[in-house]
Amino acid sequence: MRFELVKRSQHSKLFSALSPFLALALTVICGALIFAALGKSPVDGLYYYFVEPLLEVWSLHELAIKAAPLILIAVGLSVCFLSNNWNIGAEGQFIAGAIAGSILPVMFPDFQNAFVLPLMLLMGVLGGAAYGAIPALLKTRFGTNEILTSLMLVYVAQNFLDWLTRGPWRDPAGNNFPLTRRFHADAVLPEVLPSSGSAHWGIVFALVAAVVVWFMISRTIKGFEVRVLGESPRAGRFAGFSARRMVFFAFLVSGGLAGLAGISEVAGAIGYLQPVISPGYGFTAIIVAFLGRLNPLGIVAAGLVLGLTYLGGEAAQISMGLSDKVARVFQGMLLFFVLGCDTLIHYRIRLVHDALTAKRS
Amino acid sequence: MLIAESILLTIATAATPLLLAAIGELVVERSGVLNLGVEGMMVMGAVCGFAAAALTGSPWIGMLAAILAGVLFSLLFGFLTLTIATNQVATGLSLTLLGLGLSSMIGEAFVGSPGVKLPTLANGIAEIPLVGQPVAGLLDLLAGIPLIGRVLFAQDPIFYISIALVIGVTWFLFHTRAGLVLRSVGDNHASAHALGTNVIGIRYLAVMFGGACAGLAGGHLSLVYTPQWVENMTAGRGWIALALVVFASWRPLRLLAGAYLFGAVSIGQLHAQALGLGIPSQLLSSLPYLATVLVLVLISRNRRLTMMNTPASLGQPFVPDR
Repeated sequence: MRFELVKRSQHSKLFSALSPFLALALTVICGALIFAALGKSPVDGLYYYFVEPLLEVWSLHELAIKAAPLILIAVGLSVCFLSNNWNIGAEGQFIAGAIAGSILPVMFPDFQNAFVLPLMLLMGVLGGAAYGAIPALLKTRFGTNEILTSLMLVYVAQNFLDWLTRGPWRDPAGNNFPLTRRFHADAVLPEVLPSSGSAHWGIVFALVAAVVVWFMISRTIKGFEVRVLGESPRAGRFAGFSARRMVFFAFLVSGGLAGLAGISEVAGAIGYLQPVISPGYGFTAIIVAFLGRLNPLGIVAAGLVLGLTYLGGEAAQISMGLSDKVARVFQGMLLFFVLGCDTLIHYRIRLVHDALTAKRS
Repeated sequence: MLIAESILLTIATAATPLLLAAIGELVVERSGVLNLGVEGMMVMGAVCGFAAAALTGSPWIGMLAAILAGVLFSLLFGFLTLTIATNQVATGLSLTLLGLGLSSMIGEAFVGSPGVKLPTLANGIAEIPLVGQPVAGLLDLLAGIPLIGRVLFAQDPIFYISIALVIGVTWFLFHTRAGLVLRSVGDNHASAHALGTNVIGIRYLAVMFGGACAGLAGGHLSLVYTPQWVENMTAGRGWIALALVVFASWRPLRLLAGAYLFGAVSIGQLHAQALGLGIPSQLLSSLPYLATVLVLVLISRNRRLTMMNTPASLGQPFVPDR
């Protein structure tokens, strides 16, 4: 017995809505098996991963802090992936935005007034967008594969940040630790609800970005252009859309949002620059984008789910002595299941009994 | 002379994993499949190879485990992209993300544990009864040739396998019927299918070969290059291997030049760091990645070269009509 794929005449609406949930359910089942294999109670494991972080107000704030960069980056990536531009270097654009945005508080610490923060955010966006423009330029000018160039630039950005924080930007009063000086009060991204917890304005930026990009994609001619060029470049050309301009548009939007995520993380959650500022947000955001089915509103939900895996990883490590690496396995599995379940949208799966076909022929 | 010889040796050691991973991916891409999961398969090979060698004490079993891990991981990719026709780019990415996560989980118990190093070819052969000792003696003698002696005759067995694989793949792709069929599948899967070729089956075999090579490359990293386990120890080499395939314009022999060029860059920057020329070490560490970007730009500027050589069905899912 084997199975074969039969193409549906139309996309299945049912599975479009169902596939992310199916993928989540499969991930949870596999997660339980992993817990069992590691000799831990699956029930406890799943509880610490997916329930406990939701029970306390402070940890909901933590969730918002973790989800904010994921949502911001993934919303930008959705524009890229919908238009068939494979930007996988968001991690580098995140770092570039963080560095560009930190120029003011680190190099000009005496410049303190109400304009500092808006300028920092703007420079963060510009820094991320400029870094994202490099693979776009190479793709349009020379036809260079953007997957490889955008990824290579991640390593370059990581090395550059490492050099900055250990070299020219190191705090002279910092006991030789590889940290920049702490941002002054005007350069810190404030908390949204200071009375209840530590979540900073990054989550608000993320929600606004999601709504704006959702509107752009689904309600404007630009969004139509994104989708047409992504699904059929030939049809896009006939409609007079420029594929070259779209490459730049996609990379600038996603680079800019990744840069905003970077400076928000540094100015909001960390408060200074250090050699490593991201636990792989730029890569996890790829999973978020696909789990959200490349729909910015879906991405908000997906960002919260993936943010939960970071928190759950920490919780399970403290409570059960479980390695926090398990969280990354969860994230990787999730993307596999999402992609697998998406097949059901386009194809019906038919079981074929070999004995029957053999008899017939 | 001694310094030049040892530099040549280290370049060969640094180039071998790149060459191995790239030759596997080249065959995969020639069959029309783009597997961006090389980094993931490689890092799984590295961790499984290291773990098996540490547990059994035998680096040979470690190498086998590395290959097996690469193949199993590639089958996961094969099932998704070939059997249920998912997007190859996204699936390859997820293979890499899962590989990096899974390897750091598996490897956690082995961080800092002493590594087992694969012996050189001569020492390995010497263990074979009867004929082993004289052959090993001969190899040791040949290794005495100045400058090239040790590079040619005193390396680890994987080095020789990597060279043999390049020659073997060249012969297979361009001088055998099976190679022609594989290339036809990569260039036009619909026509190949119409001629009765089993497109999916051939692609499965190619993907598994790619997995085996990537696993072996990972095993080389954790059992020869630096015999220890460090999280994310592949450090982007899988991605560089992917770039090398483009650089070689899908021709196996050109991979040799590419891999050794990159080996030279990465060893050169290490030597420059050791000399302390006042250049920031982080800039030097970035050089292999910057070189990759530069090389990709130079190659893709020549549109004719890439257009002529890129397998025409590369990256397109195939679902047979019935």
